This record gives sequence, structure tokens and C-alpha cells, in this order.
Amino acid sequence: MTAATSTREALPIGPGRWRSAVEMTVLYVLSVGAALVISALLVSMTGNSWQKVFSALLDGAFFAPGRWGNTLTIAAPMLLVALGTVVAVRAGLFNIGQEGQLMIGAMLMATVGTKLAGPGVLLLVGGMLAATVAGGAFAAVTAVMRYRRGVPEVISTLLLVFVALQMVGYAVTTDWLLRDTDPNRPQRAQTSAALDPDTHLPVIRIFGNEFSVGVVIAVVLTLVITFLLARTIWGFRLRLLGHNPRVARMAGVVATRAGTTALFVSGALAGLAGAIMLTFGHASYRFGPGFSSNIGWQGLLVALLARSRPLLCIPMALLFAALRTGSGFLASTGVDRKIVDVTQALLVLALLVPPAIAFMRERRRGLAAAAGGETA
Amino acid sequence: MTDFIDALGDIFGSPTMYGSAIRLGAFLAFAALGELVAEKAGTINISVEGSLLAGAFTGAIGYDLTGSTWLGLVAGMLGGLLIAVVQGNMSHRLTADQFVVGLTANVLVLGLAGFLNASISPAAARAGVFEIPLLSELPLLGPALFGQTWPTYLVYPLIPLTWWLLYRTRWGLEVRAVGENPQAADVSGIDVNRRRRQAIEYGGLLAGLGGAFLVLGQVGSFEVTSIGGRGFIAIAAVYFGGWRLGGTVLGCMVFGMADAFRLAVPVLGYKVNAQLLAALPYVLTLTVMVIITKQFRQPAALSQPFVRGLR
Repeated sequence: MTAATSTREALPIGPGRWRSAVEMTVLYVLSVGAALVISALLVSMTGNSWQKVFSALLDGAFFAPGRWGNTLTIAAPMLLVALGTVVAVRAGLFNIGQEGQLMIGAMLMATVGTKLAGPGVLLLVGGMLAATVAGGAFAAVTAVMRYRRGVPEVISTLLLVFVALQMVGYAVTTDWLLRDTDPNRPQRAQTSAALDPDTHLPVIRIFGNEFSVGVVIAVVLTLVITFLLARTIWGFRLRLLGHNPRVARMAGVVATRAGTTALFVSGALAGLAGAIMLTFGHASYRFGPGFSSNIGWQGLLVALLARSRPLLCIPMALLFAALRTGSGFLASTGVDRKIVDVTQALLVLALLVPPAIAFMRERRRGLAAAAGGETA
Repeated sequence: MTDFIDALGDIFGSPTMYGSAIRLGAFLAFAALGELVAEKAGTINISVEGSLLAGAFTGAIGYDLTGSTWLGLVAGMLGGLLIAVVQGNMSHRLTADQFVVGLTANVLVLGLAGFLNASISPAAARAGVFEIPLLSELPLLGPALFGQTWPTYLVYPLIPLTWWLLYRTRWGLEVRAVGENPQAADVSGIDVNRRRRQAIEYGGLLAGLGGAFLVLGQVGSFEVTSIGGRGFIAIAAVYFGGWRLGGTVLGCMVFGMADAFRLAVPVLGYKVNAQLLAALPYVLTLTVMVIITKQFRQPAALSQPFVRGLR
């Protein structure tokens, strides 16, 4: 991501692998524990019992009938967004505009699904492709700005989120664009028409739970991206660029090209996430403002939590999705569901601490060794 | 076409437009002045958005508890400072990535404010308008600059104060050195990461004050959505201004003007799509950045963490 991340990986492991592994485990347990305790304290502060909140979350996420299907369904787009973040981060770029890219993707899916005619399967596949390309192109714009004009992508991707949100608002309030023109629907002002049933994504039913084929797509893509990053020349070039741009240039990696593809893939995955959400009944198959319901931001946090390792994104996406679907059951306990956002953010912060401490220690040890070497 | 020009004339000739432009611009300036100092020290402090929201919320709480606008503003500063302390310590003591910390801090504040607001919901009120005699009678810009609620005026002394701190004190020199060449600063005996933390904390204080100003000096009530991404516009204003104080303030005023323009158009009865107008400040920022970024030199160590002995 920045110099610190790359140098951190390059440091040799100090003396006593076992001792440091135990230390790291203890650090992780302590900091995650602290995040959970703070969340619990907040709940108690407002006069509620955290045990009740905890069991409501578990019921809502997994144990109540039909719930784990929902958790899986919501985990899929989060995983895709996180995957996109990972690809960009590996190339040393920080795409934080997934929320907007996801909306653009979903918007294209809605356009293809409601405005074009044709066989359902064709519309579904075509719409998904359009969403993927649109999300990618929307992200690639920032690459052009970065490499041509030196605009940092952290700022430009972020500002484009707000532009995307307004574009969406414009599209769904304009008749010739996406606004539902069905006169029989009274609240048609703010959303698109519903997708036709034969453009819906197929459903998987197991043990009384339903989840989206998007889950399979997301997992397969995770494996593909993991492979691409770790085992292909393309992935090697990206990592080289992320690790050390100067070395990459000397090795013949064209930063403009590699960086632009990384941002394109990153946005494309977010766009696909939007299409998958729309075609699996998110917001009852209708596209409108607020459609993304923060999945773009949460996917970003998932990637941060997974420390940019694609495979780790799977459990982390599940965790975040579980917290989210679980929060649906919080109403019965009288606790505001925003507590889940607090817990998520605290978890991310908590997981940043142990590697940072370990890094600082290694650093100090290294300095001490260097000083010792000089005097001897 | 003539209609269009007439309309523009109407809008830019109306004093209300300038009044709201100054109000919106002042709000941005609180955050952007602090952000400028943080960036001069080498940090793109994304958590300024969180500091603004935290300041707005604690400012409302402070007012609710004490009934004093002054104490509310102080409480807002403390709220903003709290977030800055988290950001500074995570990124310049523990060397966690500053963007990661900043983003997470924003999410954290948004969640916390929403969660606590549901059970506390502090009541706030708008401070009184104070017209500065004589100055407020100047034509067109007089009422806009000198006929506002009194917390607005706090931003005026902050501009020279920030300039003085950055360019006329030893501390400011060290802050700028730390943002340009941390290795050299370190060798000459400056505690790099400490200066960076202090710069971020100054930014937090100002952003917190800005948030509290929004609640107590402008809107009169707290809502979780009230910042709505304008912390990021403040960051953009620093870029817009080419990391100079005057430019940054100008950037705030331009964005304030764009925002005020958007609000003025429907009020005066012109029909332009609201969403397209709402996108205006962001598109403007991006356009300006595309044109301008290459012409200014950003602090050389911007967004680079410093660890002694590592490059």
C-alpha cells in the first residue's frame, strides 16, 4: 500500500519464531477482545444487555430459519468489492471509490434489464457484462487522471463516489432514462422499474436456506484472482509495481498500463457486485438511490481487515455479512443497529494494532543489532 | 441563452447567495485550515470527515448539557481532537497505514454518532446573528461577511493564526520540514512523528470547531447526515489551493460558492435538475485538480510514513 507495508514484509523474521508466533496470537486476542469489550460497554451504557444483543446477532445471522442463506447472499458482493480493493492495493494503488463503482454497475444492469428487449438469459449475462465493464471504466478514469495529471487516486476515486450518486439520482428521476414509467405505481418517482423475472439470478436452495448464485461466482472469482496474483506474470508485475515502482520500471513494467488495468479490474469487480445484488432481489429488483446500502464501504473494510490477502477476504466477508444480517434482529432488543457499524470499525482498528507493534519491535531489534555490529 | 444570462445575473446579484456562500465556505475553511497543516507535515488526513462529525455531535451535547454556545464549541473541539489523537497515534506512532486508519475512523464516528444519537439525541439551538456595525452595511458583500451568526467570525482570526503558526514559528518550520524531508529533519534533532501528531491534532481541533459551528452557528440541530462528505471537499480545497494558505481559503470560498449556487437556483424559481447541481462541487474539484495538480509541488513526503532508519 505504502512504503511501510512493503518494507514490513521484507523484514527477516527475528529470533525465536515460536515465541513471536505466541506473542502475536496473544496480541491479536487482546486487541480483538478490547474491540468487543468496548462494543459491549457501549450497549450497557445505553441500558441494554450485551448478552441479549449477542444472541440476537447470532440468531439473525445464522440460527433463525432461513438466515444463513441471507448472510451468504450479502457476503457475495462484499467479497467482490474486497477482492477489487486487494487487486488495486497489490499494485500500490488505493481505490476507495467502490461505493460509486458498485452503483454504476447496478445502474447499467438496471438499464439493460429494463430498457432492452430479448431473451432473459441474454439480458442477464449482457447486463452483468455491461455492469462489469462500466464499473471498471468508471474506476479507470481515475487512473488516467493519476498518470496523466498526477491527481492522487485516493482523492479522485473518493470524489467520484459523490458524482456517481448524483448521476444515479439523475437517472432514476428522469423518464427517458431509468425512472419507472408504469402509471399504476404511485411511488415511481425515485426508482427504476422492476427487473423481469427471467432476468433474475438463479437461486440455490439447501436445507431450507436460499442463497444467490452470486455466492458461487464470488468464491470462484476469489480463487481466480488469488491464482492470477500469485502465479501469473500479470500478478507479478502488479506486485512489483506495488512493492517498488522504481524497480518495476527498470524491470520493464509500464506503470501506466499495469496501474490502469489494476484499477479497471478493481472497479469491474465492484460493478459486478452491484449487478449481482440487483439481480438477486436486493431492493426488490428495483434500482434507486440508497441501493448500495453501504456494501461498497463495507467491502472496503473487509479488504482492510483481510490485510489484502484475497483468500482471507472470504472469512472476513462472512463475518461482516453476519454482523449485518444479524443486526436485523436487534430491533427486538431495543438497541440501535448502528452498534454493528461501530463494532466493525473497532475490529478493523484492533486488527491493525498487532502487526504494527510487531513491526516496531523488529525495527528496534534491527537497529540494536546494527548498532552492536558497528561497535564490535 | 439571454434567459440563461439573466438567470445567472439574478443569482449572482442576490445578497442571499453571498451570505450562504460565506457560511458554507467558512464551514469548509475550519476543516481545510487544519487539513493544510496536517498535509504540510506529511499526512493526508482522511479522518477530517470524522473529526467534523465528532465535533458536531459533541458540540451539540456540550450545548445541551450547559446551554452555552461557547462551551458547546469547546466540546466540539475536544470531540474533533479525540479523533485526531486516534489517527495520529495509529499512523505516526504505530505506523499503521494512514488511509486505512482515516477511513476506519470515519466509519467509526458515523456509527458511534448514529448509535449514541438514537439514545441521547442532544437538543441544540442556533446562535444569534451578530452584525458588526458599519462593516455589515457595505454593499453586497457587507452583510455576507459581517452579518452572520457570531461563531462564523471565529474563522477569520484562524486564518492569520494558522499562517503565523506555519510560517512564523519554529514549530511551523519544523512541521514543514517534517513534511518535506523527514530524514533530514530527524537528523537535525526534530521528533518527526511527534510533530506530525501535533499537526494532525491541530487539524482535529479546528475540524471539531467547524463541526460544532455547523450545528450551533448554522443549522441549529444535529443530524448524523449533516457533514455528508464535505470533509472530503475540505481535503480537495487544500489540493485546489496548491498547499498554500491563501489558495486553500480561496478553494473553500469557491466550493462554498458552488454549494450556494446550487441552493440559490431553485429558490429563485429556475428549473435545473437538482442532482446535476449537487454534483457540481465534486465535478468542479476534479476538473480543477486535473488542471492544477501538476503545477504545484505537494509536500515531498506527503502520505509517506516515517520510520527512523528506513527509506
